[in-house]
Amino acid sequence: MSPRSSSTAPTANHAHTRERGAPMSNTHTTPTHRPQHLDEEIAGGVGESPLRPDGSLKVRGDFAYASDLWAENMLWGATLRSPHPSARIRSIDVGPALRMDGVRAVLTAEDVPGRNLYGLKDLDQPVLAEDVVRYRGEAVALVAADHPETARRALDLVEVDYEVLEPVLDAERAAHDDSLPRVHPGGNTVRYQPIVKGDPDAEADVVVSGTYTVGMQDQAFLGPEAGLAVPAEDGGVELYLATQDLHTDRKQTAAALGLDPEQVRMTMSGVGGAFGGREDLSVQVHVCMLALHTGRPVKMVYNREESFFGHVHRHPATMYYEHGATRDGDLVFVRARLYFDGGAYASKTPVVVGNGTTLGVGPYSVPNVRIEGWGMYTNNPPCGAMRGLGAVQPAFAYESQMDRLAEELGMDPVRLRIRNAISRGDSTPSGQVLDYPAPVAELLRRVRELPLPRESTAESTNPDIRDLPGGASNTTHGEGVVRGVGYGVCIKNICYAEGADDFSTARVRLQVVAGEPIAMVHTAAAEVGQGLVTVQQQIARTELGVERVNIHPNDTSVGPAGSSSASRQTYVTGGAVQAACRAVREQVLERVAQRCGDPVERLSLSGGKVVSETSGVLADLAEVLGSEVVEATREYHHRETFPLDEQGHSERAQVQHAFSAHRAVVDVDTELGLVKVVQLDCSQDVGKAVNPDAVVGQIQGGSAQGLGLAVMEEIQVDGGRIRNPSFTDYLIPTILDMPPMNVDVIERGDPNAPYGVRGVGEPPTISSTPAIVAAIRAATGKALEHVPVGPEHIVE
Amino acid sequence: MRLNLTVNGRPMTADDVWEGESLLYVLRERLGLPGSKNACEQGECGSCTVYLEGVPVCACLVAAGQAQDREVGTVEGLADEDELSPVQRAFVDAGAVQCGFCTPGLLVAADDLINRVPDPSDAEIREALAGNLCRCTGYEKIMEAVREAAAEKTGSSSEGGRR
Ligand code: FES
Ligand code: FES
Repeated sequence: MSPRSSSTAPTANHAHTRERGAPMSNTHTTPTHRPQHLDEEIAGGVGESPLRPDGSLKVRGDFAYASDLWAENMLWGATLRSPHPSARIRSIDVGPALRMDGVRAVLTAEDVPGRNLYGLKDLDQPVLAEDVVRYRGEAVALVAADHPETARRALDLVEVDYEVLEPVLDAERAAHDDSLPRVHPGGNTVRYQPIVKGDPDAEADVVVSGTYTVGMQDQAFLGPEAGLAVPAEDGGVELYLATQDLHTDRKQTAAALGLDPEQVRMTMSGVGGAFGGREDLSVQVHVCMLALHTGRPVKMVYNREESFFGHVHRHPATMYYEHGATRDGDLVFVRARLYFDGGAYASKTPVVVGNGTTLGVGPYSVPNVRIEGWGMYTNNPPCGAMRGLGAVQPAFAYESQMDRLAEELGMDPVRLRIRNAISRGDSTPSGQVLDYPAPVAELLRRVRELPLPRESTAESTNPDIRDLPGGASNTTHGEGVVRGVGYGVCIKNICYAEGADDFSTARVRLQVVAGEPIAMVHTAAAEVGQGLVTVQQQIARTELGVERVNIHPNDTSVGPAGSSSASRQTYVTGGAVQAACRAVREQVLERVAQRCGDPVERLSLSGGKVVSETSGVLADLAEVLGSEVVEATREYHHRETFPLDEQGHSERAQVQHAFSAHRAVVDVDTELGLVKVVQLDCSQDVGKAVNPDAVVGQIQGGSAQGLGLAVMEEIQVDGGRIRNPSFTDYLIPTILDMPPMNVDVIERGDPNAPYGVRGVGEPPTISSTPAIVAAIRAATGKALEHVPVGPEHIVE
Repeated sequence: MRLNLTVNGRPMTADDVWEGESLLYVLRERLGLPGSKNACEQGECGSCTVYLEGVPVCACLVAAGQAQDREVGTVEGLADEDELSPVQRAFVDAGAVQCGFCTPGLLVAADDLINRVPDPSDAEIREALAGNLCRCTGYEKIMEAVREAAAEKTGSSSEGGRR
C-alpha cells in the first residue's frame, strides 16, 4: 500500500548523486597549511551556483509530484462545489450518488469528524459548508469512487436544495454601508488599519491624485492541487501532498479530523509551483476524510477549472491616492485609501492590509502620511497569499502617482524617484528605522544604465513581424507602433510581520558513509521550485566543509519550518541550517580540541579536514568521526517584530525590507491597442546571493508574473462568479510574451540576516508591473489606472 | 476496451480503458508513466506533450483509442539509459528547471525542434515553444537551454555544450 512515490520521491529529494556537469570537483581537496585557501576549494558552497539536486530526476520525468502518486487499491476523490455566491443550504440528499456503481463514499459537513472550521489567521472557513455557502465554488460534499470519472459523475447526483441569497460583491461599499448583508456574523470588515505620520492634512505646492484598480490575479502554478491519503493502523492517516507549509496544514487538518497532530503524518511530494496559492488548505482535510471513512487510500487531483475555485487569489484592490510635493520635487504628503476585496473567507487578508498600508507610500521618504486600508469580506472568490502579498497593489498605484507627479513637475521620473528614495537610517511611515542598507537610489541609477535595445523593430527597414505587437497574427508591419520606456521601483517586507514568530527548524547529521563524511539536512521547508534544496546543501558545505550533503525528504517528523512564502526561506531555514551545522561543527571540534590541545576557536572544518589556524591540517574529518553520528537540531528565530498600534505605529513591524527596480521597453500598436514588451530589465539588491544563478531565475520568473499582471492576467468575476477558469481564458505569459531581460544583482548585506541575505522572490513581481504600465503610458499618453491594461484601455 | 500501443519503443497493453480516457490518462494512470504532466487537460499548457508517430501532440487531447497500434514517445524515453539527451542535459545545466512541472512537455517540444531545425533562431525557438506554459522561470533560461542543446546537437558548441 505504499504510494508509488515511496520508491522515487525520497530519492527525488536526496542528493546522493551529484549532477554530471555540476561545478564541483569530484576529487578530494588537498589541504595545505592555509585554511583560507582550503575554504575556496570546497566547491558548491554559499555564493556559488551548483546545480539543483533534483534537476536530473525532473528532466527524466521521474520526479514524483503529488498528482503522480499511486497506491494499490486506491480510490479517487472529487468535490462538489456551490454554484451560488451566497445561499442557504436547505437540505442535501446524498442517496442517489451513493447508489451509483463504483461510488464508495459521499460525505457532507455532518461527516467532518472534528472542528468544521479552519483558516490561516481567522478560523472562519468550514471544511464543508454547513448551513450556508459564501462563494461560488465553496466545497459542499465529497465523493470517493473507483475511477475519477465515476467520482465526477456522482457529484451530479448529489442533490442540494439551495435558497439563493443576495450576495455582497463590492468591497468598498461593504466597508461603509452597514445595511448590506453580513457575510459573517461579526460583520464584513476583516481588518481596518490606518497609518498616520506627521501632519496628514499638510498642504503642498503641487498635488496629483488618482484612483487605481488592480484585477484579481491567479497564482496559476502548473502542478494542480493534489494529495494521496493512506489510512494508518493507529487510526491516523499518512498524507502525501504538495504544499507550502506542512506543519500549518497538519495543525488545521488534525483539528478538522479530530485527531492528534501526531496521528496526521505529512510528507511532501513534488510541488509544481506555489506562489502563495498553496498556503490555505485545499484537498488536505477532504482527502483524509475520504480515506479514513473508506479505509482505503484516496487520491485527489484538481483539474485546472477546479484549481481556480480551489485556491485563493490575489486581492483585487481599489486605491485612492493623493500625493503632494514641493516645486522642487520633494514629497510633502501621501494620502491614500486602499480597499482590498478578501472574498468569502479571511485567509491572509489581515496581512494584506498590514503590508499594503505599511508599504503604501513605496520606497520613499515622506514626512506626512495618512493611509487607511480596509480588508473586506464579500461573496466573491476568497483571496489570500500571492507573491508580493499586499505590496503589489499599492506599488502599481504609488508608482503611477510618481510618474504623474513627475509629469506635473516637468521632471524626469527617475530623478524624482531618486530624490525621494528612502535610504538606510530613514524611517517608514509606521516609524520603523531601516537599520540596514536600503539602496533604492542606487538601484534606480543602475537599472537606467543597463543597455537599451538598439532600435524600435517598427523603425527597422525589414521588421520581423514576430517581434511586433500582435506577433504572428500579422496585425501590423510597424505602422501605428510607438515605443515607450518606463520605470518602477518597490519595497517589500521579508518574513512574517507584526509580532509573528515564524521560526524554522533544521536537523543536521554528520557521519561517515563508505569512508566519506556526509552531512544530511532535514527540514520541513517546502521546496516549491525555488531551489531551497540547493541552498541548504550549499550552507552545509560551507559550514561543515564537506562535499556530500543529502537532503532528507520534507516531512512532519522534524520541527516546523513555516511557509515557503514572504521570501523568507533562505533567511529563516537558511538560518536554521546554518545554526544546526555550526552546532554539529562545534561538537566535532571540541572532540579534536580535547585531543590536540588547540582551542576550539582556532579550529575549523574545511575540505573534509579538521584544520587549525596555527598548525594547519590536524586530521581527516572521517577519521575524527569514526563510526559516530553527530547530530544537532536548531531553530532559527528572526528578530522580534511588534504589532501596529491604532495609529499604525510600531518600533519594528517588519523583519527586513527588500527592493528592486525595473525598466520596461514596450512597443504599442496604438491603433489596435496591442502591446509587445520588448525588454524588461531589473536591478535588485539581494543582500547576499547564496546561489547567484538561482537568484537570477527568481528575478526572471517573478518579473514574468508582474508582466502578466500588467498586460493580461485577470480573473473576471461577474456577480460573484469566475468567468474564465481555464488557461484558454485566463492568460499567463508564454515564451512569446516574455522578452529578454538584463538582470543586475547587487549585494548590500543585511547585518541582521544569516550571511546578509535579503529575500529575493517577491520584489521582482512587484516593480515589474508599474514599469511596464509606465512604458505603455509613455507610448500612448493614456492614463491607464487599471491593471491588467487591455486593448480597450489603449484604444478608447 | 483493450489498448495496444508502443511506448518508448516497448509494446504495451492497457485493459479496461474507458471510451473517454485520454492518452495522457492511460500513460499516467494505467501504464505507470506519470512523467507527462497534467497541468490543464485542455490542450493549453503543453505539459503533456508527447510524440505520437514522431509528431509532438498534447496527450490530453488525444483519445486513448487514437493511439491504438501507434508509437508514442514520452519524456521517460528521451534519455539513453544513464545518459541524458542533449535537451535534458541543457535544461539542467542552464537552470531552466525550477518546479519542473512544465519541463517534460517542454523537453519533448524542444527535442522535436532541434531534430527538425539544425540551428534555430531565437524567433524559431519561441515559436516552437509557444504552446508550452512555464510559470516559474520567465523562459529566459529555457531559451538558453534550447540554444545550448541545439548547439551541442550540431556540434558547433565550443566546449561540447557544457557551460
Ligand atoms: S495538460 Fe495537455 S495541454 Fe495542458
Ligand atoms: S519550472 Fe515550474 S512551471 Fe516551469
